[in-house]
Amino acid sequence: MSKRIKVLKTYKIFIDGKFPRTESGRYTQLKKDNLTIANVCLSSRKDIRNAVLSARNAFESWSSKSAYNRSQILYRIAEMMEGNKNQFIEELILQGEDSNKAILEIDQSIDRIIYFAGWPDKINPIFGSVNPVASSHFNFTILEPMGVLGIVAPEENSLLGLISSIIPAILSGNTCVTIVSEKLPLCAISLAEVISNSDVPNGVVNIITGSKDELAPHLAQHMDVNALGINIDNKELKNQMFFQASNNLKRVVDVSKYKIEDSSFESPYIVKKFMEAKTTWHPIEKDFTSSNNY
Amino acid sequence: MSSKIKSLKYNGKWDFSPSIESIENLSIQKEYQLFINGQFQQPLAKKYFPSINPSNEQQLSRIAKAEAEDVDMAVKSARAAFNGQWGKISGKERAKYIYRIARLIQEKSKELAIVETLDGGKPIRESRDIDIPLAAAHFFYYAGWADKLEYAFPNRFPKPLGVVGQIIPWNFPLMMAAWKIAPALATGNTVVLKPAESTSITALLLAEIIKEAELPPGVVNIITGDGSTGNLIVNHPDVNKIAFTGSTQVGKSIMENISGTNKRSTMELGGKAANIIFEDAPLDQAVEGVINGIYFNQGHVCCAGSRLFIQESVYDVVLRKLKDRMQSLLVGNPLDKNTDIGAVNSKQQLATIQKYIDIGVKEGADIFQLNCELPKSGYWCPPTLFTNVSQSHSIAKEEIFGPVLAVQTFRTTQEVINKANNTPYGLSAGVWTDKGSKAFNLASKLKAGVIWANTYNKFDPTSPFGGYKESGHGREGGLHGLNPYLNLE
Repeated sequence: MSKRIKVLKTYKIFIDGKFPRTESGRYTQLKKDNLTIANVCLSSRKDIRNAVLSARNAFESWSSKSAYNRSQILYRIAEMMEGNKNQFIEELILQGEDSNKAILEIDQSIDRIIYFAGWPDKINPIFGSVNPVASSHFNFTILEPMGVLGIVAPEENSLLGLISSIIPAILSGNTCVTIVSEKLPLCAISLAEVISNSDVPNGVVNIITGSKDELAPHLAQHMDVNALGINIDNKELKNQMFFQASNNLKRVVDVSKYKIEDSSFESPYIVKKFMEAKTTWHPIEKDFTSSNNY
Repeated sequence: MSSKIKSLKYNGKWDFSPSIESIENLSIQKEYQLFINGQFQQPLAKKYFPSINPSNEQQLSRIAKAEAEDVDMAVKSARAAFNGQWGKISGKERAKYIYRIARLIQEKSKELAIVETLDGGKPIRESRDIDIPLAAAHFFYYAGWADKLEYAFPNRFPKPLGVVGQIIPWNFPLMMAAWKIAPALATGNTVVLKPAESTSITALLLAEIIKEAELPPGVVNIITGDGSTGNLIVNHPDVNKIAFTGSTQVGKSIMENISGTNKRSTMELGGKAANIIFEDAPLDQAVEGVINGIYFNQGHVCCAGSRLFIQESVYDVVLRKLKDRMQSLLVGNPLDKNTDIGAVNSKQQLATIQKYIDIGVKEGADIFQLNCELPKSGYWCPPTLFTNVSQSHSIAKEEIFGPVLAVQTFRTTQEVINKANNTPYGLSAGVWTDKGSKAFNLASKLKAGVIWANTYNKFDPTSPFGGYKESGHGREGGLHGLNPYLNLE
């Protein structure tokens, strides 16, 4: 019997719940031991713009879902990843990780999703407040999602880093456009496939591969992006993004100072950074005849 | 003027084609055992009691009766689990077990809903849409807290209490089990839970789920029996905390029993809630809320809006709307998806309700009952309301725990605040007004643990629930629901 010929996987990008190739038609070859592993899309400014549009359109429906519902959908992502573990492990190994480290990374990634899946309905009990103003008003502050986030995931820890960049950012109702690790992009596309199968509405997570130097500034300059979550080693690029983000006062959250592998990354403060505080005043009727002694 | 408007007369023509939930694929065991140390086991004395379907008085199953040695075994296994594996695993891993329970409840939700309806008599619409989804949601919500407790109680290094004894009522059997077990597990305690005598089956199905979720043996023990079994749990020396939901009378006796011990407690007891309609309220919406407030689950609800206060200027029109709306309520087979009002939970409870209806009439209030055909067998009470009620009437003072509404009137805001607060209870209250500032004024003046403004009987795992005064102490749900299961010293 002749040897079975393996079917190779085509890696594409993820915009609005679909898997298109970059509109530019450009690609780069990912190689290991001089053999081509994958042809990876070198996305363009137009792809970024399409992704931001889809994220903006998804914001209304995602942020208006109940926190409980978002929580369950995130939990579903973890369930699906648990079922697709081997695929991720193979890809991590293919990209040069040793197998023990790969298993550790996928386990940690799943557990991290579970951890953050618990937060959507607990952020406001922790950070919200009822404010005892001196006048007769009921006054309370809640945190709300910001809108569309531009995310640049770290180069190393291609899976855990990506999960840690995306999940805490979207759990409160934000949507995002994510530029993934340039040299280790394989898991990102597999994660997109998992997300696409996990009841996450189209456009909540968009995943773009390609050159960070080229793409990240487009995210930073885009006028319909509300905040950036960036994990970048390249100081020059980082500074450039901070500078460009001022055009519409995007909040910039520099995640690179946190250690991704460390459990200290798991905290609600990272979630809070991608939220706005809103205070509401409402009068309380004053009844001057009242003499309530009960 | 408004009283001249003619009432709607349905004359029994408010009929729907029956839409009966199928019980074909359902298997209820002939006999249910005690769930101790991860195993189903017979009670040592081999005594059993029947579980009756209150809508046809037929026996559904026989339930094991736990006696002193069984209770002791359950507490010992809970203690061993607390000192063993459960006490050592991380919050992260605890969370995963609790998430599993939530998922399994969701997977089996239809089966659980049908059994809840057969065993307890509540309409399938309610068990399907409220009881079971809320039970799953409770586990899901508290699962998320297990590894986040240090954020709920900063600078306090929260520690579990140990073995908690939990005793729950028959009005929301599975949901109450979830309200009790979920926060106890999230905080790292182990559990001995006793469901109510008349509604044990879904708690035992939950025991099967807990087994399937592979929780370490002894973490949750579910033992069945009557009040005497509950008493044994309360008085067991190795129980660290009692969480009880039930009548104020039993709650007081539990507090007497544990006084002088170091046992902590949560008491979620009776109520006699005021539901207040102001003249500026959206009246149709308010009437819906009143109906839901008192007739939901046959009025077997500790927070039922059993005292209705209507502002005098809208009294006639509200009463007419209320009576009209009552005419369209469907009383009957709880398995019928059209049914609004199911069977009263037990013969004993029906007798209690009937006793209060008789007292109401004898004390001089005017009775109005839905004139409908009731099934021949089973325990049934048509939706009932009393007008011409005064503050001193028994039906306005005492908890009936049935579909009986006492209607009173008021003129001023201060008057209704005084009347509403004139009760030893303080579990909940409802306010209906189009004016937000008035709603918040009432919310701040009413002495009750939950205030519903322009809504009623709303529950959510994120929202604390519990009473003032003789309605109990401690809160269940939300961040506040964690505290009673933790040592924060």
